[in-house]
Amino acid sequence: MKSNHPMSRALARRETIAGYAFLLPSLIFFLGFVIYPMALCIVTSFFDSTMKRADIFVGLGNYRELFQDRNFLYALKNTAVIVAVSVPFVCIFSLWVSSVIYNMREPFCSIFRCIFYLPVVTGSVAVTVVWKWMFNNYYGIFNYAGKRLGLLEKNINWLGDERFALGCIILILLTTSVGQPIVLYISALNNVDQSLVEAAEVDGATKFQCFWKIKWSQIMPTTLYILVITTINSFQCFALIQLLTSGGPNHSTDTIMYYIYHNAFKLYRYGYGNAMGVVLAVIIAVLSAVQFKMARSD
Amino acid sequence: MKTLNRSLCYKIFSTAIVVLLALAFAFPLYWIITGSFKTGRAINAAAPQWWPQEWVLDNYRTLFSRQKAPLWELHIPFTNLAVTGPSLPAALRWLTNTVFMAVTSMLLTCVTAAMAGYALAKKRFAGRTLLFSLIVCAMALPKQVILIPLLREMSALNLYNTIWAVILPIVGWPFGVFLIKQFAEGIPGEMMEAARIDGAGEWKTFLSVALPMIKPGIGALAIFTFISSWNDYFMQLIMLTSTGNLTISLGIAKLQSENSTDFGLIMAGASLAAIPIITVFLIFQKYFTKGITMGAVKG
Repeated sequence: MKSNHPMSRALARRETIAGYAFLLPSLIFFLGFVIYPMALCIVTSFFDSTMKRADIFVGLGNYRELFQDRNFLYALKNTAVIVAVSVPFVCIFSLWVSSVIYNMREPFCSIFRCIFYLPVVTGSVAVTVVWKWMFNNYYGIFNYAGKRLGLLEKNINWLGDERFALGCIILILLTTSVGQPIVLYISALNNVDQSLVEAAEVDGATKFQCFWKIKWSQIMPTTLYILVITTINSFQCFALIQLLTSGGPNHSTDTIMYYIYHNAFKLYRYGYGNAMGVVLAVIIAVLSAVQFKMARSD
Repeated sequence: MKTLNRSLCYKIFSTAIVVLLALAFAFPLYWIITGSFKTGRAINAAAPQWWPQEWVLDNYRTLFSRQKAPLWELHIPFTNLAVTGPSLPAALRWLTNTVFMAVTSMLLTCVTAAMAGYALAKKRFAGRTLLFSLIVCAMALPKQVILIPLLREMSALNLYNTIWAVILPIVGWPFGVFLIKQFAEGIPGEMMEAARIDGAGEWKTFLSVALPMIKPGIGALAIFTFISSWNDYFMQLIMLTSTGNLTISLGIAKLQSENSTDFGLIMAGASLAAIPIITVFLIFQKYFTKGITMGAVKG
């Protein structure tokens, strides 16, 4: 179609103009409120920037300080723990639950899918405050149930104890993270090519073999997507921490996201906060790339 | 025969476990709703009441008698003009703010994303691939890292502490464009060609040919945007400060920080936030599920 015909060139120009005209409203918002702040985030990370005075260029100063900041490294470690626990757990849990419910009769499949999605729809704040109550030292049901079942001898201050706080946060995060993966896996399992499964069953393959040899490879793209979104979500866990522990006790639940918030919006160290944001973005980008690579080579 | 028995056993066992898990997942919501109707005594009792012995509205009464605020206060962007409504409990104001925020975000997102997604899928122009890769990259990055620059941008635009500071970035988030593009790719080229031969202009072609075909995608996007903006918290926390401007999520967070152990009151607030959005979710569940799965197809 590479022609110099004036008509087709006019057509191409018309197409370009129309394309951009349709894109324009969206582009204004996208460039103005996503791309521009992203660029600004990178630029500001090289400045000592606060509310009170003009920004001072410090080069890599913020980044240098970052890797000597013990609290940041602590936050990095906690974030790594959250991601390392929640990502595999979410994937395995949601795959197993989906494999049980995907071929149930309607309306049962829909009902279960809805229930597992409920914590996501309920909203992070509403979910967080009810868990705060359930974990409460005096009025919480965990202490009550634990004592009734003979598992606990005395009340535990779940969220105020360094040994348990992070575990509690992860538990709540898990309940709000499996909803979307389950929806995705159910649809992926329903789309598996049934003729292949039937052929394998005729050949005498067990259910388990069918699963690993046929279904697993077909739901691989879904698994990859779930890995990526769960990783991003776990990195961004914020409301839980801000409302439940504020990073405490003794920094045991500090995460990068919370530490960014603390530095930028409590201490007003914008430049420093932005540097952390850039580091976080780089970590997530690298992890996503690694996950893609691994999935491709499988 | 033996394997059949074993698979039957597994089926029963796994179903039982899933039922138990489902109960555990539904429990927090149950606890929010029943808790909001419990008496102070029942909430602070050593042994929890699994089913409230006495149903009272005290918590809701306290919630609504706390602070007052005008029901609405429409700031016209970029000016200092405002239109205010009658003075009512602040919790209702938070609810109106949230509804306004979620509906406006939803409408703006749907209109802009429908047009942009269509153009990216069906128009051939220079810079198209570049733009699309920019969108995909932006989506993979954590949304929250742009909050600090956004705060300063909004202050500079005089939008800080207005609901628009929350709405505009939601509309800018490119997930919607990405989702609609997936749907728009299914529009047959011949149909567009036919419309063109019939003399329809670009806009007419979009409205009469493309729009009907991407309708399910728009439905999915609408419900998805509505729910996620309703439940978003971090951006609202950064952008909104004065009592009158809070959303319901912020309102409960505020309740919680001011009355940290009055769990009945906090649960009443949580119910007020959760029940409307859960109702919306249950009504439009089908579209919502479709939106999630379509977004993932080529993710």
